[in-house]
Amino acid sequence: MKPPRQPVFVAPPIYRSRRLRDAARFVPVLGAVLMLLPMLWAPEPDGARSTARDGIYVFAIWAGLIVATRLLSTRLDEDTPGSGPDED
Amino acid sequence: MGKHVLLIEDEPNISEAIRFILTRDGFRVSCHHQGRDALDVVRAEQPDALILDAMLPGRNGYDILRDLRAEPATAALPVLMLTARGQGRDRELAEAAGASGFMAKPFSNAEVLASVRALLGQT
Amino acid sequence: MPFNLLVLACLAYVAFLFTVAFVADRRAEAGTLPWLSSPLVYTLSLSVYCTAWTFYGAVGYAARSGLEFVTIYLGPTLVFIGWWVVLRKLVRIAKTQRVTSIADLISSRYGKSSLLGVVVTLICVTAATPYIALQLQSVALSFSVFASDTPDGWHLPDRDTTALWVAGGLALFTILFGTRNLDANEQHHGVVTAIAVEAVVKLVALVAVGVFVVWIVADGPADIVTRIDASRLAGWELVPGRWAGLIFLSAAAILTLPRMFQVLVVENADERHLSTASWAFPLYLAAMSLFVVPIAVVGLEVLPDGSNPDLFVLTLPLALDQGGLAMLAFLGGFSSATSMVIVAAIALATMVSNHVVMPLILAFGERKGTEPGDLRRVVLLARRLSIAGVMALGYGYYTLTGGSGALAATGLIAFVGVAQILPAMLGALFWRGATRTGAMLGLGTGFGLWLYTLYLPSFGQGAVIAAHVFEGGLFGLGWLRPEALFGISGMDPLLHALFWSLAVNTLLFVGGSLLTFPSPMERLQGARFVQAFDQSGPAPGWSRGQAEPEDLLVMAQRILGEDVALAFFQANARAQGKDGYLPDITPAFMNDLERRLSGSIGAAAAHAMIAQIAGGASVSVEDLMAVANETAQIMEYSARLEAQQDELTRTARQLREANDKLTQLSVQKDAFLSQISHELRTPMTSIRAFSEIMMDEDVPPELCARYAGIIHDEAIRLTRLLDDLLDLSVLESGTVQLTLRTASLRDMLDRALQAAGSTRPERDFALHRDGQAEQVTVSSDIDRLTQVFINIISNARKYCDAEAPALRIVVRRKGDQVQVDFIDNGSGIPKPSQALIFEKFARLTDSAKAGGAGLGLAICREIMQNLGGSIAYLPGQGGAAFRVVFPATLVLPIGGPA
Repeated sequence: MKPPRQPVFVAPPIYRSRRLRDAARFVPVLGAVLMLLPMLWAPEPDGARSTARDGIYVFAIWAGLIVATRLLSTRLDEDTPGSGPDED
Repeated sequence: MGKHVLLIEDEPNISEAIRFILTRDGFRVSCHHQGRDALDVVRAEQPDALILDAMLPGRNGYDILRDLRAEPATAALPVLMLTARGQGRDRELAEAAGASGFMAKPFSNAEVLASVRALLGQT
Repeated sequence: MPFNLLVLACLAYVAFLFTVAFVADRRAEAGTLPWLSSPLVYTLSLSVYCTAWTFYGAVGYAARSGLEFVTIYLGPTLVFIGWWVVLRKLVRIAKTQRVTSIADLISSRYGKSSLLGVVVTLICVTAATPYIALQLQSVALSFSVFASDTPDGWHLPDRDTTALWVAGGLALFTILFGTRNLDANEQHHGVVTAIAVEAVVKLVALVAVGVFVVWIVADGPADIVTRIDASRLAGWELVPGRWAGLIFLSAAAILTLPRMFQVLVVENADERHLSTASWAFPLYLAAMSLFVVPIAVVGLEVLPDGSNPDLFVLTLPLALDQGGLAMLAFLGGFSSATSMVIVAAIALATMVSNHVVMPLILAFGERKGTEPGDLRRVVLLARRLSIAGVMALGYGYYTLTGGSGALAATGLIAFVGVAQILPAMLGALFWRGATRTGAMLGLGTGFGLWLYTLYLPSFGQGAVIAAHVFEGGLFGLGWLRPEALFGISGMDPLLHALFWSLAVNTLLFVGGSLLTFPSPMERLQGARFVQAFDQSGPAPGWSRGQAEPEDLLVMAQRILGEDVALAFFQANARAQGKDGYLPDITPAFMNDLERRLSGSIGAAAAHAMIAQIAGGASVSVEDLMAVANETAQIMEYSARLEAQQDELTRTARQLREANDKLTQLSVQKDAFLSQISHELRTPMTSIRAFSEIMMDEDVPPELCARYAGIIHDEAIRLTRLLDDLLDLSVLESGTVQLTLRTASLRDMLDRALQAAGSTRPERDFALHRDGQAEQVTVSSDIDRLTQVFINIISNARKYCDAEAPALRIVVRRKGDQVQVDFIDNGSGIPKPSQALIFEKFARLTDSAKAGGAGLGLAICREIMQNLGGSIAYLPGQGGAAFRVVFPATLVLPIGGPA
């Protein structure tokens, strides 16, 4: 089934809600990338890494993701029910 | 002096029979056997009465009758139509064409006589 | 810390949980539980993810492998942060399709397949068993910590009995609160509330220990960091494969673990709770993970070497004389273990009863008894037995393995097991091309590989899989070694198993789906699932209902209970505008009923039950073909109608033409009759007239004789006319009887000339004949043929107007045809009249000359037709000429003349 034709120019609120949803889809990707980043860091010459440093890094990212999600989810909550078609 | 009756009939036997009956009764009868020149003959002879057969070679009797009625000279001429087709329609046709009387074949001789007499105002 | 006090506290706690569950259930039934509609409870219930493995095992994991333990919680975090992508759709679909478990989801999506339901159930039960054993082990361990004074001491018999008691108690709790009734939504409010309470206890306990460690034992976060750097845990090894693999694995697990599906999807009351959970649950996980490393570090410092790090959460407070804290920790651990087992048991029992027991009942289909509630009781009994069974399995696994290996490893094995469902699940949600065959293949091989490479080896070499298989591979094939498939050795066993099982699973799933064609049901469900967010869904599934509403009501009562079923039916009837309890069997109603029932017994079973009664499956290719057939029939019918209409118009036209012809004929007949009348009346007139004349006396005798003669002649004429008419009629009607004789043509002509000689005898005709040619033997109706000759010759005698009349008779022979020409030397017949003369009553000249009625030639024509010949006027001969043609030998067709 073909999706209905999307107009090129939409009203600002619709545009914003669509970008909001894009953000919601992007954040987990960002999170995944950030969490996998430690894989790329060159390990210490003896193969060991600092637990403390990595630990702080992980929890910091974790906290950041939580906060970002909190903001997004609140916005999305206000935005949704029944406002415009989903682009799923 | 008897009245002059013109008989236009193509069957010779019938013609003879009618002539006999009328002549016996004192009429002067002349016969003609063609339809084609019937009108001329009528005009020429100027009979007192006319006995006209419906089916004549050359022209049918009804047309002849209509023409006769159209002419002022013969418009009032008493005409007796004879026909062998015995349907009621024929009587109407004859009357419509202007016949004064109508007789179907076969006829009784007495009836023919009576009709001719009536046509000529005699009893 | 006295052991007895602990037991008392434990029992009190359990009693408290029971109470909470009971009250919550009651209030939920009454509908007055606002707390349940809070997203907080929902988020807290999600904490069943954090089991004893989290509570105890994380510390142990950290002590052994550093930060790697975090991966177990990072996966779910990412999944929840990305709730908009997967979770939202999952919850939405499950709500609209009334999915009761993960097995139900897969089964429903792939054409409501019972087989798939069974397979998924099997995978889940197999994977959950060690997990449950793990919880039992933790509880037993935690008890034993208190039971002996030394941190690691336990008494083996005690431990087993403890585990048994725990298992039994859990089974009781679960049965009590998990199988009270068959809720259409499969929501267990009491249980969820109890779980939420336990979640709080867990968190509080762990955080309390953590806070104690960081701020009491150590001097705040900075000090902790220093201690970490100074401890054995200062450095850790990040194995990239494990780091990424475990994050992926935990992400898969959060979606596919049966207990997670239960609390996340099935028990979800409001979709919007998801948006809260999206950040709140990662927060919970972060909080649970935050203090793990500090506890591990301090534990390593404080406790003697060789202590089981898995129990640091308990043993550390104990070692530091914090009895109260230790008890709190114990309760926290207890909560972790028990909440997992309860929810897992419910989830598994639902799956087993819906996908294993119900199909079996349906397969052996006799309906036992007709009392309503019958089936319900069966289903509930099945549930309870399943719960007990699951517990038994867990306990069995526990005793079998004797608690070998670290807790963490067991959990991961289970993770890989349930992860096999992931490809089929994601396909179900996002890929319309996913088919049942693909799912079956993927699930089957994934499960098998998991068993072979991870699960069975976990029992130890030689326990299930013989030791030599490990060395030399299956059937001696080196590349089939359980821990080194295809020669890829040296891989971490877990990753090895994860890689192979999922890779082959996905490959076969995708390949199988691409290569097979789904059934109409699959496609329907596929559309429904993948397009769950579209406003307009596909049309309802039940197209034909031959069910009686009463039958459906009886069935519904058996599953939903009398009151609920009646209420449901009544509501539907009212929605349709009907009074009473029985709505019309519309597709919409059937769909609604199916959804309602599937909430209790699963989609596949509900579908099958309704199909049993309704007699027809929902839209199938056969149905579509039947509809297409009907359409074709209708089209054919209307085409036939059109054809009929055309025919009717044609027939009407033909009728009109026939009518016109008949009218014409009627006119002709009238003309004919009047003509006949004329012909008959004319001689009659003479006869009558002369008869009357003769009846008068004064007729001279010579006239009398004459007149008598006329009468005679006319009488004869009349008779002849009548004869001719009769003759003609007979000839025309084709019923004439022909008399076959043989004669010579010459004799016939002689006779004809003689007979015709009486016509106008006074005229003397010169005759020209050809004697030789006349020597023809004719075999025909001689008399009639002669009659024709007589007619023609008479005509010639009557009408030939030459001064010296002559008649020529020419005979010619052409094969079997004889041709006789009669030619006179008169003026002939003018062209316009040449066809006319053969018509009845046609007379060219006045009747006086003719003396006949004009039927002669008409009769001749008819006779010739009957004799298989013809008569025609021959123009251009100078005079009138007639050609008579006839076969010398007349062959009569059987049954009548030609």
